[in-house]
Formats: sequence, structure tokens, C-alpha cells
Amino acid sequence: MSRVSFEERLRSGKFCVTAELSPRDSADPEVVLAPARTLAAVVDAINVPDSTGANVHMSPLACSIMLHHAGMEPIMQLGCRDRNRIGLQGDLLGAAASGIRNVFLITGDDTSVGNQPDAKRVFDLDSAQLLHTAEMMCDQGQFLNATRLDPPPSFFIGAAANPFVPPYDWRPHRLGKKVEAGARFIQTQFCFDVPRFVSFMERVRDLGLHERAFILAGVGPLPSARVADIIRTRVPGVVIPDAIVDRMAGVPEADQGEEGMKICLEIIEQVRQIEGVAGVHLMAHRRENLVAEAVQRAGLQDE
Amino acid sequence: MSVGRWLRNRPRALEWSYRLMLALMKPARGLASGGELRWLDRLLRPVERLSKGLVFDCRMCGQCVLHSTGMTCPMSCPKNLRNGPCGGVRLNGNCEVLPDEPCIWVEAWERSKKMAHYGPAIHELRPPLDWARQGSAAWVNEMKGMGEPEPEGWSSRAQR
Repeated sequence: MSRVSFEERLRSGKFCVTAELSPRDSADPEVVLAPARTLAAVVDAINVPDSTGANVHMSPLACSIMLHHAGMEPIMQLGCRDRNRIGLQGDLLGAAASGIRNVFLITGDDTSVGNQPDAKRVFDLDSAQLLHTAEMMCDQGQFLNATRLDPPPSFFIGAAANPFVPPYDWRPHRLGKKVEAGARFIQTQFCFDVPRFVSFMERVRDLGLHERAFILAGVGPLPSARVADIIRTRVPGVVIPDAIVDRMAGVPEADQGEEGMKICLEIIEQVRQIEGVAGVHLMAHRRENLVAEAVQRAGLQDE
Repeated sequence: MSVGRWLRNRPRALEWSYRLMLALMKPARGLASGGELRWLDRLLRPVERLSKGLVFDCRMCGQCVLHSTGMTCPMSCPKNLRNGPCGGVRLNGNCEVLPDEPCIWVEAWERSKKMAHYGPAIHELRPPLDWARQGSAAWVNEMKGMGEPEPEGWSSRAQR
């Protein structure tokens, strides 16, 4: 990762690559930093998830600070499921003071889908309200209760979009609301249904949203037909069309990983051609080496 | 189908009755402004709870925005979202948390499209909730001119 920030790279027109760091449940920083370094060598910024799927993991604030101190550029994810507005604003200011500029603000998967479904869900704010809260901390220099921040933070604010689930015709407008609330970059959910994404982006361009926020399409190599099926049934919001799963299942099991990589590379090539797509966001659970391979084979690595 | 759902699927009629109610409330607004109205709140609470509970599955958040969310109560979303659906909606349009129930936002969207007057309000950014109002009568809060409170530092700049 160079000294040029993620935001500056997007502004320069570079087709950017971000990737999600899979959590490691360890109190040893090296266990977390080793896979992060694999990503850092090939991407522009690294997403640090906030207990995705409502499975408990290391705090994204702590993990982002570790990456930042190690010279990498984190995108700190922060969700509304586990913290009320007091906790969220406190973490945001703490992130800013620790040198973290990129934040990615989401609603978050429900506690019921995670590994501690007995936990109380919070959802004090929703993602749009959290986005606007972060924007106001920067632009108005104040917390929600009007307490002044001196000096205020300066975030590059990101939001999620899922064009692949209903209500489809609302999704572009929902993105518009998030942009209006303060989002300046967008990372989408896994894109396996490219035609759906193409028509989504058409509406996004009609609304002029691609000129107000950088949109990165979510992609990733599926390791096998079996895992693809597990992901699409168990992970909320992930849509994998039958055609993709059938194609994976159509090759011998030993070759399914390579087939998944080929599908990933084809989708990267397809979304790259879509006007208004500023980059890709790679996700491969605990397989950071596959992210590196995908970036290299797609020819997305820096010269 | 429950009576509530049957009614909720008539958003045009509900929108019309909401506008009628607002018109009726207008004179009350002037009379009520400034007063504490604790007695009125106590009087109307059970009425509101029962009627809106039946029709909208109302959760008495005390800051009703039904007309701007397709006449569908956003508090009946298990994540209490006020600004639209999460990314976990199922392909059949059902809820991430309650797999056998329709996502209330999918319903809200379809209904809002039928609402000539308040339909487009679904695109506006709704401010964070005042949880201290939970259980109070939204009707009385509306009469007091405080239908939808905002945190002191919240800027409505984004509402266009």
C-alpha cells in the first residue's frame, strides 16, 4: 500500500481494489497482521469487519488501529447491532484520533443469525442515521447532542448496498438516501447476478449517484459448489444464482476452486466495463492468498 | 388475512384518513401548544394503542411517521429501521430475522407507490428515535407540534 490514500486513489480515477480481512480469534497481534499483510501487498485498502454474521470477533476499532500502526490502510466497519449512539459516536471519534480515516457504516446482520443468538440486539440508530451522524461530526463538528468537537474528525465515509435482494426498484433510491446522508464510497454485497447489477447501475447513473459516490462491486472466488450453497442459504443477503452453483458442481471437486476463481475473474472483467463502477471489493473467507491471486490474475495490481 | 393487513393493503384510503385526521388536529394544535397535556396523553394512550395496534401493529414509539413509510409501521421491523430495508431481505421478499414474515419494508415500498400525497416521503431521511417517548401518545405529541423530534445536533440538511 502506498502513501497515497484510498480516497485520493479513487479520485485519481484508478480502478481500486479493497478486500475484507477475515477475523482471527487470537490475542496475538501477529496472527491478525500476517493475513492483513497478504492483502496489503495487493489492495488499496482493507476492510476490518464488525463481527459480521453476528459472530463475535475482535473489535473493529482495535483491529483497525493495529493495521494503521503497521502501515496499512484500514476501512473500519461499524454496525448498529451492538452499540447505541453513545458507543458509536465514541468509537468514531476514537478512530479519528487514532489516525483512521475510512469508515464503513452499516446496519449489521441480526443477532439471530450469529453464534450468540441469545444476545440482545441494539439497533438504536439505523445505517442511514449513522452515516449522517458521522457526516455531521465532520461537517458540523459536533456530536448528535450538539457537543462541539475541537477539532472535528475528517472521515472518508462508506456505505453498503445490496442490489441483489428485494425490493429491487427501491435499491437505487436507498443508495441515494445513503449518499444524501453522507456516504462517499459504496461497497456492494457479493455480485454473482451481473445482469441484475447492470440494471441497478443504469438506475444509479440516471440518478447521478455514480458522480457523488465511488461504487465498488463486491466479488470473490467461491471455493466449492458445496460452500457456495452454504453461503447462499446461511449468509443473509448473499444471492448466488443456480447457474453459478451448477457450473461449479459440473467440474470435479478438486477443480471447483479453480472454477470459482475463473467465475470471479469473469465477473471482475464484466463489472469493470460498467460505467460508474470505481473498483471491486474482494471477499474470501480466511483465504487472503486467493484474494492476492485474483488481483494478480485480473491484472489489477499496481504497476 | 388479519383485519390489520387487509386495511394496510389499502394505503390510499389510509392516506386519505390520515389527512383528514391532520385537518381535525389542526385546531387542537393551537389550543394544545405550550401545555403539558399529561391528562390528554393518559386519556389517548390506550385508544391509540388499541386502534393503531389493530391496524398497524403499532409499537407506540410516540413519534409516528406512518404516512412517510407507506402506512407501514417501521417499528415492526425487527431492527427498528426507520429509513428502509436492510440488505438481508430474502429473495421471496421475507424478513432476514423472521423468515416466515414478509419484510415490512417490501410492503411499505409497494404501498408508498400507491400514495399520491405522502408516497415520495419514503425517500426522506428520518432522524434517530427519541426512545424516551416510547409508550407515549404520538397523537398528543403531534398536537404539541413535536410529532417527529430530532436530536439537538441533528441537521436536516439532508432532507430534500
